[in-house]
Amino acid sequence: MSRLAATFEELAKTGRKALIPFITAGDPSPIFTVSMMHAMVKAGVDIIELGVPFSDPMADGPVIQRASERALAHKMSLRRTLEIAAEFRKTNQETPVVLMGYLNPIETMGYEDFANAAQRAGIDGVLTVDLPPEEGFGCSALLKARGVDPIFLLAPNSTDERVKKMDAVGSGYLYYVSLKGVTGAGHLNTADVENKLQQIRVNTRLPVAIGFGVKDAETANTVANIGDGVVIGSALISKIEANLGNPEQAKTEIIELLVSIRQALDS
Amino acid sequence: MTEKYNMPDERGHFGPYGGIFVAETLIPPIQELNAAYQQYLNDPEFIAELDADLKYYVGRPSPLYHAERWSRELGGAQIYLKREDLNHTGSHKINNTVGQALLAKRMGKTRIIAETGAGQHGVATATVAARLGLECVVYMGAVDVARQSLNVYRMKLLGATVVAVESGSKTLKDALNEALRDWVTNVDNTFYIIGTVAGPHPYPAMVRDFQAIIGRESKQQCLEATGRLPDALVACVGGGSNAIGLFYPFIDDSSVKMYGVEAAGDGVATGRHSAPLCAGRPGVLHGNRTYLMADDDGEIIETHSISAGLDYPGVGPEHAWLKDTGRAIYVNITDTEALEGFYALTRMEGIIPALESSHAMAYAMKLAPTMNKDETIIINLSGRGDKDMQTMAKHEGIEL
Repeated sequence: MSRLAATFEELAKTGRKALIPFITAGDPSPIFTVSMMHAMVKAGVDIIELGVPFSDPMADGPVIQRASERALAHKMSLRRTLEIAAEFRKTNQETPVVLMGYLNPIETMGYEDFANAAQRAGIDGVLTVDLPPEEGFGCSALLKARGVDPIFLLAPNSTDERVKKMDAVGSGYLYYVSLKGVTGAGHLNTADVENKLQQIRVNTRLPVAIGFGVKDAETANTVANIGDGVVIGSALISKIEANLGNPEQAKTEIIELLVSIRQALDS
Repeated sequence: MTEKYNMPDERGHFGPYGGIFVAETLIPPIQELNAAYQQYLNDPEFIAELDADLKYYVGRPSPLYHAERWSRELGGAQIYLKREDLNHTGSHKINNTVGQALLAKRMGKTRIIAETGAGQHGVATATVAARLGLECVVYMGAVDVARQSLNVYRMKLLGATVVAVESGSKTLKDALNEALRDWVTNVDNTFYIIGTVAGPHPYPAMVRDFQAIIGRESKQQCLEATGRLPDALVACVGGGSNAIGLFYPFIDDSSVKMYGVEAAGDGVATGRHSAPLCAGRPGVLHGNRTYLMADDDGEIIETHSISAGLDYPGVGPEHAWLKDTGRAIYVNITDTEALEGFYALTRMEGIIPALESSHAMAYAMKLAPTMNKDETIIINLSGRGDKDMQTMAKHEGIEL
């Protein structure tokens, strides 16, 4: 069983929801990321999504765009993101790490080389924003063969047919984008998310994590009750951005926020 | 008889290129657009309306002009200019925006968005949006806003909102990113009019089909003027819409050579250029697989060209395919050479070309002398140079 599947199974047994933070690798600087990952685990997160910086992050709002730019200014890359993940894995064998990014860095490395490198680095899942299943079949198969889960997005306008397709090709979990828009966008409508999730559940047995528009303990708790997990990204990265001169302060504020969300989810 | 050219396949692939590489939220609107496009592509009523717009609003057919003096001066092939500069709004871009706007209207969309580099596509989009009474938002890199301020003003006059994009390199690619972000946020009421033969399927094929009027007219006009097909076609390539428009109807005519001219900026060897077909590598950006300018880590690198309309790190996937199959030949022209083309056409024929089109002129200046006097070159004069007066004046050290 993959580390992701095991994590969701364990959570389901205890009736808990997955807390999944997203940070961009190398933001604000490469040395910050590994210690941040360990600190987030201590704060009670279940899975870490590690953003691979890309020059043209088309699906991201301004906060994550700027995180990408800061990381790229430090020459961060897919290769170095994998090194960070491998470094984290040296002292943590339990917490799943999911890479989230865009296709071109993977395409440039080559699908097979990437799949091998991901496996070696102890990566558990790969979510490629601009790689829909129709185009991604080859890459997904290579990842699956190495025990790495290909993770796909679902959107508010995804049809039943799409959900079935994602269920067939994806593994680990499905990531439901709770609103039409980019990461870090405005308000999500809980009733809409709830309706859509019911529709999605009919067509998949994979766990569903919900992200985009989750800001604080309250929104996190609301969507977590609907899904199996909650992804929080821009709200964390905003703390990094607000404390660029003082990464330790950023870390403290991020941990505080994650702890408050953990408490809200478990209460 | 060899098999007829029949690209792309059902899912938009030109061999390994093209396809649909977008975030999940954009899949439904792309499917909706493709369905509408397939439906109206062969709908007589739609085609009649499009034809009427092209004739009475755009001013088609555009002339095929024999540049006799310039041909004589160069001492080789006879040069014919396809006068897309004479279209309403001053470039070939309007052929496509008229078509996509008619689709938007039929699909019941009330809001139009577009990206633009030089501003020609932005102006052509703002124009059709004004005519149909649709809200229009144009994304333009902040660098381009500064160097094409005349077009920015035109778009504003036409009632469009121009958003200066401050992210990344602040040029055309970043404008495209921002337009995609808008689309993903406003999918329900918004139609994204992409200006070139890039983006996810069906855009490369659809924009090509709207631009193919250039090649169809050219073929007929050339036969009327010379009694035979041209020997060579020359067009500049940024995203590649004017080039595909000219090339496409000639693809099965194997005697017709096709030359796509990329922007070499300071020279391909310097790395400061916009020539992905000549000096790039295959990759995925903006919804399709094609040749890109990217580094060893797959990050997109900044491009350079004196012409904002060619300043783009990718190129339409069909050009990637035509390059790999050898059907078209891709060459490059530096900023300095393009300026020579600009001055040559201006002074020899009294036609001021856009800096983008000047790249095609400059290549024709190299090609024509190598050919016989009874041979024919058609150059796509894709746009007029009015928008470049500030850039040219600055180049000459003159303050306007």
